[in-house]
Amino acid sequence: MDSTSPEPSLYTVKAVFILDNDGNRLLSKYYDPELYPSMKEQKTFEKNVFNKTHKADNEIAFLEGMTIVYKSSIDLFFYVVGSAQENELMLMSVLNCLFDSLSHILRKNVERRCLLENMEGVFLVVDEIIDGGVILESDPQQVLQKVNYRLMSEPAYGFVLFDYITGNVEAQTDRSQLL
Amino acid sequence: MIKKFDKKDEESGKIAEFVLKQKVCFYLQARIFNETPINPRRCLHILTKIIYLLNQGEHFGTTEATEAFFAMTRLFQSNDQTLRRMCYLTIKEMANISEDVIIVTSSLTKDMTGKEDVYRGPAIRALCRITDTTMLQAIERYMKQAIVDKVPSVSSSALVSSLHMVKMSYDVVKRWVNEAQEAASSDNIMVQYHALGLLYHLRKNDRLAVTKMLNKFTKSGLKSPFAYCMLIRIASKLLDETEGGHDSPLFDFIESCLRNKNEMVVYEAASAIVHMPNCTARELAPAVSVLQLFCSSPKAALRYAAVRTLNKVAMKHPSAVTACNLDLENLITDSNRSIATLAITTLLKTGSESSVDRLMKQISSFVSEISDEFKVVVVQAISALCQKYPRKHSVMMNFLSNMLRDDGGFEYKRAIVDCIISIIEENPESKETGLAHLCEFIEDCEHTVLATKILHLLGKEGPRTPQPSKYIRFIFNRVVLESEAVRAAAVSALAKFGAQNDDLLPSVLVLLQRCMMDSDDEVRDRATFYMNVLQQKQKALNAAYIFNGLSVSIPGLEKSLHQYTLEPSEKPFDMKTVPLATAPITEQKTEIAPVATSKLPEKLAPSRQDIYQEQLAAIPEFQGLGPLFKSSEPVQLTEAETEYVVRCIKHTFAGHMVFQFDCTNTLNDQLLQKVPHFSYKTWSPRRPMRSYIWVIYASCLFAVSCTFSCTMKYLVRDCDPNTGEPDDDGYDDEYVLEDLEVTVADHIQKVLKPNFGAAWDEVGDEFEKEETFALASVRTLDEAVGNIISFLGMQPCERSDKVPENKNSHVLFLAGELMNISGIGAGKLALLKSQDRCSISSGYNHQDSSLHHMRIYQFNPIVLQSVAFGFLSERVNKIEICI
Repeated sequence: MDSTSPEPSLYTVKAVFILDNDGNRLLSKYYDPELYPSMKEQKTFEKNVFNKTHKADNEIAFLEGMTIVYKSSIDLFFYVVGSAQENELMLMSVLNCLFDSLSHILRKNVERRCLLENMEGVFLVVDEIIDGGVILESDPQQVLQKVNYRLMSEPAYGFVLFDYITGNVEAQTDRSQLL
Repeated sequence: MIKKFDKKDEESGKIAEFVLKQKVCFYLQARIFNETPINPRRCLHILTKIIYLLNQGEHFGTTEATEAFFAMTRLFQSNDQTLRRMCYLTIKEMANISEDVIIVTSSLTKDMTGKEDVYRGPAIRALCRITDTTMLQAIERYMKQAIVDKVPSVSSSALVSSLHMVKMSYDVVKRWVNEAQEAASSDNIMVQYHALGLLYHLRKNDRLAVTKMLNKFTKSGLKSPFAYCMLIRIASKLLDETEGGHDSPLFDFIESCLRNKNEMVVYEAASAIVHMPNCTARELAPAVSVLQLFCSSPKAALRYAAVRTLNKVAMKHPSAVTACNLDLENLITDSNRSIATLAITTLLKTGSESSVDRLMKQISSFVSEISDEFKVVVVQAISALCQKYPRKHSVMMNFLSNMLRDDGGFEYKRAIVDCIISIIEENPESKETGLAHLCEFIEDCEHTVLATKILHLLGKEGPRTPQPSKYIRFIFNRVVLESEAVRAAAVSALAKFGAQNDDLLPSVLVLLQRCMMDSDDEVRDRATFYMNVLQQKQKALNAAYIFNGLSVSIPGLEKSLHQYTLEPSEKPFDMKTVPLATAPITEQKTEIAPVATSKLPEKLAPSRQDIYQEQLAAIPEFQGLGPLFKSSEPVQLTEAETEYVVRCIKHTFAGHMVFQFDCTNTLNDQLLQKVPHFSYKTWSPRRPMRSYIWVIYASCLFAVSCTFSCTMKYLVRDCDPNTGEPDDDGYDDEYVLEDLEVTVADHIQKVLKPNFGAAWDEVGDEFEKEETFALASVRTLDEAVGNIISFLGMQPCERSDKVPENKNSHVLFLAGELMNISGIGAGKLALLKSQDRCSISSGYNHQDSSLHHMRIYQFNPIVLQSVAFGFLSERVNKIEICI
């Protein structure tokens, strides 16, 4: 929050990530190569953000010199990160667009399992909303039209395999409970 | 099989096997890509898995990645939409880890120009991700077409990709300006926004083009709120650069955005106005009133944005925010603690003294819940408050000590320690409690920097408290328990106690004796050195080597030592050739809001004088002048708004004085030549020119006060304001500048004596001289103190430049070094206020061991007389001197 006004630029979003309710990353994209260049730094940052935000549903926080807007749904946490000088409402519009689009393609089941089963849809939605830190689209209707994604009707065998292969042991226990 | 595994996986032994299988499965699965016919469903899962694994930080080897990438290219044969889109994503993700990614160029080019609109945008973005400058030229034609394409997603993708390419291939993308211009008038709001962004990035170095673009768009009106935000940022940047008044159309535009129907735009405009330097209260008012409305918004982000911006306004214009006090009061209990903290700290700045206690109580109820960044905000607000209401320091000190006990990072702890130190310095009566809190803190402090800082402070302040012995325990504990740096600092602090308190000396010597056994060199060296100095029991030695350390400039010392090692000589290194340190400028803490934590270690910035020294040393004529003694503040020799602006900096050397004239020609249509000492260089408009004149002192009299009258002579050549082409003929002209005065202050360098009393005693009574002056024109003690400091140019010590309220006498301690002699001129000035007159008694002392300098001591009356003469010549009408 230094006193200079923001440099005119389209590069609004520094990072986007989705975490589960243990703070594990399900998806994250960092758009500024200078911000947390290594995987380790990114994960530490995510842990820190998660610890400070998961208890209270406050919508906005300021951490490590970054403005962070967030939203939670059942067992998922959605975060959009921008610089200290960034217009908070711009970041909010990105977060809302991401959430509404996902809520639509997941048929309102915005929870961990459904998200993991439709991971390709999630990747495509994020790709249509932000490109390299630039807000590409902020209208959920437009995003859905561009992605044109159909929900997986039955659990695909690939995804049962999926958790097995990612080595996500915790996820497996979850799954065995679910199935 | 998998389900079976699921049941067994609680056995930890299986996990290793499981990890092993992971990669094997990956290879097996990549083979599915080669099946005919392609099974889109299964391939899709594998691509998703690859992206997911990459996202989790899984490492892929180059061969492995390349192999998968090549297999993937086959999937372009399938017409499944989602599969194709996932291929694009995979290409983008693997662009950096796989080799030969350019093999997909033709497939992507085909999709980008094909009939399927769904593919075109994403294909462009994927293609630009793997393209380099040479290949970009090959697809340039397609890019130009895509930018002006009537499908918004295609146009947006092309514009955003072009923006990413600007960094790499500016020259190619520059050629697409016309297309971007066309796209900017599109009906689609996102296309508008992206086109505006690209146009600005291409033109940002050309101010004229940016101004034109801004005029065009502010008039035509855009639909996209994002584009409006961008325009506001461009306009405020332009206003900032031109330093134009706030009556320009740009400011009007920003103000008009306060009435936009989109909140995002309104907030951007309000924030832009708040961030403008030199904004008047009247200009701020409309921005503050929209922010006030936002304070009661149901959206947390909007409330946060509003209160954060109001907090910023309150730093400079607390009165402008007073109107919002009621709204801020409502935010104190906001469930979002960041909002509550910002509201409280804003109220602390704008509210009255009576509300302080209540607010502090409120904030202490949740201080443990907020993040470190905001804790720092709270500490800074307290620090500002202590300066405003000194009487509140006991409440604050209590609060701070509680915060000090809580957990927190380095930045937070440092802010608290700095705040306590500043309270101690401002309020002598809080010294003991403050020191006690700090002592308690270092008992369990993991930050070396803070521990050494506090030990240094204890060494400085502790010996002068009524009960110095109680600090010894805390300090010696550090010697036993801490790291080398802290131990060394503790040893130095101990020595200061020993030097100042005779009754503690024997015990201190015992403790130092123990430190001489330390395992670290630095600690041992310090202990041995202090031990030997203290055993001499000489005040002068103590003062010179224990209280007041080196007073030379550190970069200067480094340079001199380096020079000395380059030229081997028989002579020992002479400390006196090193330029003195200029007094540290006390930083004004302007950033009260949380700052981005800088990752770089703080560098020791060279002082102003070190920069001048460097500049002067680069000029061959000035090389023989020796070290720079002092550089004055710039003196304006013209009015600020004239055709030519000239300012002068006086550089004092032993035996010489160099005047540095910095001249700026503010006229666009004139070229000046042969400005004296510019030796035929031309002086173009708007560019500052520098000229030096040097003067040799006539005799060894060192304090010379006199006045130089200055005239600038030059040859004027008119030139075309647009092209800058000068006419061939010119005419001579001259310009009379204001007189330049050389004063006593130019010959005295500030020296900070942390322990003034010791320095004073070190010089001794025999060098004291007492005079009485009457200052007729000064009315208050503050004024008198300020005048004396600026006239003598000496360093006020022990914060004696601050006159306590309601006192009619004050003692000011000044220290400075006079040019040309190496002894120290420590002046002690006592002030008495009697009616409208302040009388001064002044003393000057010099001492040096060598015979040569003793002669200079004999010049002492001249020093005093020239000082007196300085008083006379400068304020001849204002001051009567009675000796």
